[in-house]
Amino acid sequence: MTDTNDGWRRWLPGRVLGLLGLLLASGAVASTADHTAFEELQGPFERAEQVTEACLGCHTEASQQVMSTRHWTWEYENPHSGETLGKKSMINTFCISDRSNEGFCQSCHVGYGWEDDTFDFSDESRVDCLACHNTGDYVKKGGWAGYPNAEKTDLVEAARKVGRTSRETCGACHFYGGGGDGVKHGDLDSSLVEANRTLDVHMNAEGPDFACSECHRTESHDVPGSRIQGTAVDTGGALLRGAHEDRNPATCQACHGSSPHEDGSHARRLNEHTRALACQTCHIPTFARGGVPTKMAWDWSTAGQLDDDGQPIQRKDDEGRVIYDSKKGDFVLGENVVPEYLWWNGNTTFVTAETEIDPSERVLINEYHGTPGGEDSRIWPVKRALGKQPYDTVHKTLLRPQVAIPGNDTAFWYNFDWDKALEAGTRIAGQPFSGEYDFVDTAMLWPITHMVAPGEDALKCGQCHSDDGRLAGVEGVWMPGRDRHAGLDRFGFGLAGLVLLGVLGHGTLRFVNRNRRKGH
Amino acid sequence: MSERLYLFTRFERFWHWAQAALIITLLFTGFGIHGVHDLLQFGLAVRIHETAAWLLIGLWVFAIFWHFTTGQWKQYLPTLERIGAVTRYYVHGIFVGAPHPYRVTVAHKHNPLQRLAYLGVKLVINPLIWISGLLYLFWGSLHASLPAFLDLERVARLHTLGAFLMLAFLIMHVYLATAGHTPLTHIKAMITGWEEVHDEAAIKRPPEG
Repeated sequence: MTDTNDGWRRWLPGRVLGLLGLLLASGAVASTADHTAFEELQGPFERAEQVTEACLGCHTEASQQVMSTRHWTWEYENPHSGETLGKKSMINTFCISDRSNEGFCQSCHVGYGWEDDTFDFSDESRVDCLACHNTGDYVKKGGWAGYPNAEKTDLVEAARKVGRTSRETCGACHFYGGGGDGVKHGDLDSSLVEANRTLDVHMNAEGPDFACSECHRTESHDVPGSRIQGTAVDTGGALLRGAHEDRNPATCQACHGSSPHEDGSHARRLNEHTRALACQTCHIPTFARGGVPTKMAWDWSTAGQLDDDGQPIQRKDDEGRVIYDSKKGDFVLGENVVPEYLWWNGNTTFVTAETEIDPSERVLINEYHGTPGGEDSRIWPVKRALGKQPYDTVHKTLLRPQVAIPGNDTAFWYNFDWDKALEAGTRIAGQPFSGEYDFVDTAMLWPITHMVAPGEDALKCGQCHSDDGRLAGVEGVWMPGRDRHAGLDRFGFGLAGLVLLGVLGHGTLRFVNRNRRKGH
Repeated sequence: MSERLYLFTRFERFWHWAQAALIITLLFTGFGIHGVHDLLQFGLAVRIHETAAWLLIGLWVFAIFWHFTTGQWKQYLPTLERIGAVTRYYVHGIFVGAPHPYRVTVAHKHNPLQRLAYLGVKLVINPLIWISGLLYLFWGSLHASLPAFLDLERVARLHTLGAFLMLAFLIMHVYLATAGHTPLTHIKAMITGWEEVHDEAAIKRPPEG
């Protein structure tokens, strides 16, 4: 068993990656179907839905498959604590809430026309195939309720050039979460489109050039890998591609196994670290490394400042990056950020709009669960994003403002009036609102798992095995260099000190009395 | 008059100095790993510490074999004979020029205090360091089969305790190496193998008073 595994591991990195690269490179060229030649895709298409109908003519199950995924429902029940999660209802520290802003935010929905709760989730033609399967020139941005922009998009061209998902298509949403490039995650931003080796050893365009789906290997349109309920611990060996195992194929271990270090004098020791550490802890030394800053803090309470003419303003830092926007408030940006570290078993619970909060202290919008030292948990790197956002001072709940919908005089971005924005937002969301509000400090955690650095850039031992190192304060592990027993040290150095004093005294006496020994 | 005794064979001298170098290396890197100093990068300190440890274990296994095949292990048999006289010498006699009360011979190289000290090193400090050190080194594969009270923290503490005891021994040992007839007598003997043994009884003393 061990031998087989070792053989597989030795075989894997070099040859398989090479082979994989070849397959990928040739796959794009050597597809057995040239979609540009398909009569069904020659158009004309008046509406985007007609493209979907054309797709469904051959890919009969595609819409049904997509409609069973969270990319479609934006809804998810936490298996651990039962709360209803998913983008549809969740609250975060960035744009706060999707609800009442669907017309804007649903540009990242894999569907057409979700503007409010009248959207028909059972209409197969509403599934947006091209959101993920375009190869360019398909422009779907905030404000069009998920429809592509008619002027900037040629539906016939986009349909004929349909293709595999890519870093661009996934990134069109996942790089821009929170309202801009790199804002939300910290380990996902547009720099990954043309990643170099230092930024991401797998996505390196000059090397393996992985697409997102290389790790997030999708079956029946269900994309594995989720931050909401993560796979924090994976003790399995490398997965054989094609083997249908009930495991998340997006973990590091799914390719590398759980004893990935083979060379060097520390290999065995490093492999033993996998009992306590996620791979990411050492191999992603910092995030937001690609030159795109991520938002580390967002203060909504200062939003709405206008200039003398009553116009919204922006303030920029020395590097020309926006750090204040009347629509949004103050930001703190971060690049090359050192993560925080905590024990995580994959289970995360969330504060929702129903949760009663304690506004006297910072509200933790999500909480990562784990047992320090436990077999079911590992030490993970996370981004901690701070927020300051509106809450109901009577009901003690976080509030969901309407911010992004123009034309009805209620959205904050267009009238800078919190009372109207909160009234409209909560009314549409069906949330009780007393009319009394203030701003409360919040925080939210994001797992760091992308932007994997090359081995030589991984953390050095001493960055954790030291006083005030990266894992200072992380309990549940004994770490030489960080941990020591003060009493034992006092005893030990006391003993050595006493012996030293003794011999110095003895030696001094011998020296003083040396004349009495003369002649011997 | 004095005579020269061939006290330390070539192997014993090699063993002694190799052991000295390795133990000092281990103390230096070990206290680096412990966080007492940061003169070495942690990973490098660990690598040197582990390498030196394996070398010392190898040397130790070889030395045990040597001691039993040559019968030299008997040098460390504890004795109370004349232990009082030797103790009195180091507390008082050494300062007033009294003769050393112990007559070194090839069959009995170590005085009773030395025997006790070396026996302590061999039976207490070394086993403590090696057992705790090997547990530490192979903790990943061993911890499951060890009793629950013996967690990594306790193993680390035992190893550190051993290191402190070794440090105390080393300080004492280095000092006493200078306490021969001249400060360099013992050290020379450990380098050349030959010790000048002064037969105090044969030396004429000037009449006192």
